[in-house]
Amino acid sequence: MSVGALSAFNLLVRRELCLSFRRPDQLLQPLVFFLIVTTLFPLGLSLQLSLLRDMAPGVLWVAALLSSLLSLDGLFKSDADDGTLEQLALCGQGLTLIVVAKTFAHWLVSGAALVLVSPVVGTALGIPTGAFPTMMLSLGLGTLTLSWLGAIGAGLTVGLKRGNVLLSLIVLPLAMPLLIFGAGATDRAISGTNAAGALYFLAALCVFTCTLAPFAATTALRITLE
Amino acid sequence: MWTWFYKLASPPYVYGVAATLVPWFLGGAALALGYGLIAGLAIAPPDYQQGEAFRMIYVHVPSAILSLTVYTVMAAASAVALIWRIKVGHAVAAAAAPIGASFTILALVTGSLWGRPMWGTYWAWDPRLTSELILLFLYVGVMSLRSAFEDPSRGDRAAALLATVGVVNVPIVHFSVVWWNSLHQGATIVKLGAPSMPGSMLWPLLSMWLGFMLFFAAVLCIRLQGEVLNRERQSTWVREAVKA
Amino acid sequence: MMSGSFWAMGGYARYVWPCFGFSCVVLVWNLWSARRFRVAAQLRARRAAEMATVDES
Repeated sequence: MSVGALSAFNLLVRRELCLSFRRPDQLLQPLVFFLIVTTLFPLGLSLQLSLLRDMAPGVLWVAALLSSLLSLDGLFKSDADDGTLEQLALCGQGLTLIVVAKTFAHWLVSGAALVLVSPVVGTALGIPTGAFPTMMLSLGLGTLTLSWLGAIGAGLTVGLKRGNVLLSLIVLPLAMPLLIFGAGATDRAISGTNAAGALYFLAALCVFTCTLAPFAATTALRITLE
Repeated sequence: MWTWFYKLASPPYVYGVAATLVPWFLGGAALALGYGLIAGLAIAPPDYQQGEAFRMIYVHVPSAILSLTVYTVMAAASAVALIWRIKVGHAVAAAAAPIGASFTILALVTGSLWGRPMWGTYWAWDPRLTSELILLFLYVGVMSLRSAFEDPSRGDRAAALLATVGVVNVPIVHFSVVWWNSLHQGATIVKLGAPSMPGSMLWPLLSMWLGFMLFFAAVLCIRLQGEVLNRERQSTWVREAVKA
Repeated sequence: MMSGSFWAMGGYARYVWPCFGFSCVVLVWNLWSARRFRVAAQLRARRAAEMATVDES
């Protein structure tokens, strides 16, 4: 019985989500990290909320980047360690589909979750509610792009002993344009000017990455796992 | 007609050619750099706006152009190695990386020293400076990734993929002064149309650029010999080559 | 020609000369480091060749 590509994709995403929810503590760790890091800045700087607002986009985005990186290490690791990844690769659906499914599922539990939590953090940092839609949209696009950049990095470093640090070293330089535009969009929304330009650019980065990164990530896995 | 191209895929051929070319590249580099330095430091007139400080252009611009060129060479060699499985490509990429990283550091430092008298600051989070810094991180990432693998061939291929992915940053660095409001000066040489600089200042700059290119070629050939030897240590041609 | 005003570089000497000095350092480092790398590779290859002839004999 042959399974169509779309139903295989659904199956894989459901599997990933099932596995993630089986370990709720692992699921919540990046979120908690995100909340803690954003708290560190106001505590360390003890600024008035109105002054904190100026720093808020940057703080939000750096925290989102760092907490996404935390969860990226495990993207392929557990399946690569016990041989499941190789079995999946051999099942006939193609490694690329598996990579897309895993990365999408990863984004759902990390990036999308961050976007949902961001209004709470935004309020804590003094971001006006009027800027929330732009903030959430930019975070959504940005975390999706980041999940894909991270998939390339994770593919390259799976199986390395201290791959975690190297993963960050690889992903962060590639993610810097993302940070610039994402924080820029939120910043513009806060100050009331039109954020459309920055958002369009973020969307373009997202589309560019989402179309090319799957092939790069698949090639990376083929290189490191063969 | 393409036989010379196929020969380049052969490690012993490349080893031999590199050895022959080094003295020529070094000699040419010495001449070009020599003329460039003398003319740039002593003969070119001081700039109307920047005075004598503009002379830093003679090391800053060539090193910056080279930092991008070397990354492109590294990415191209990596892509060739990955797509057509030509191992010499990995050797070229591995040889180019440290040279490119050093030129990037040079560009950043000379730019910083030039920025202090001209803009009043050693650093600014400006698109060109930031993307050049990202370029440095990419170089370091590629070198770290290559050395992180126990199997050198796997390390080569992983580093090659990263180098190819990171090449998107090269046009970003180049066009950053066009796409964004930048503190940094726009393009004066590598652009369409005539260069916007008088001859007495331009010739030493072009000579320094040529000198840096030839120097890069020389150092690349030296490193390439070492990289080829390291990858082909077990083959018979290497045994003959090192007995000599 | 190499008079005081040349070395003064119109007052910018403390930027210009470190600039060129560091450039010199980077160029020399590149050459030295590359040569050292090649020599090490040749030594390792020679040692491998000797091991091979020992195995064969």
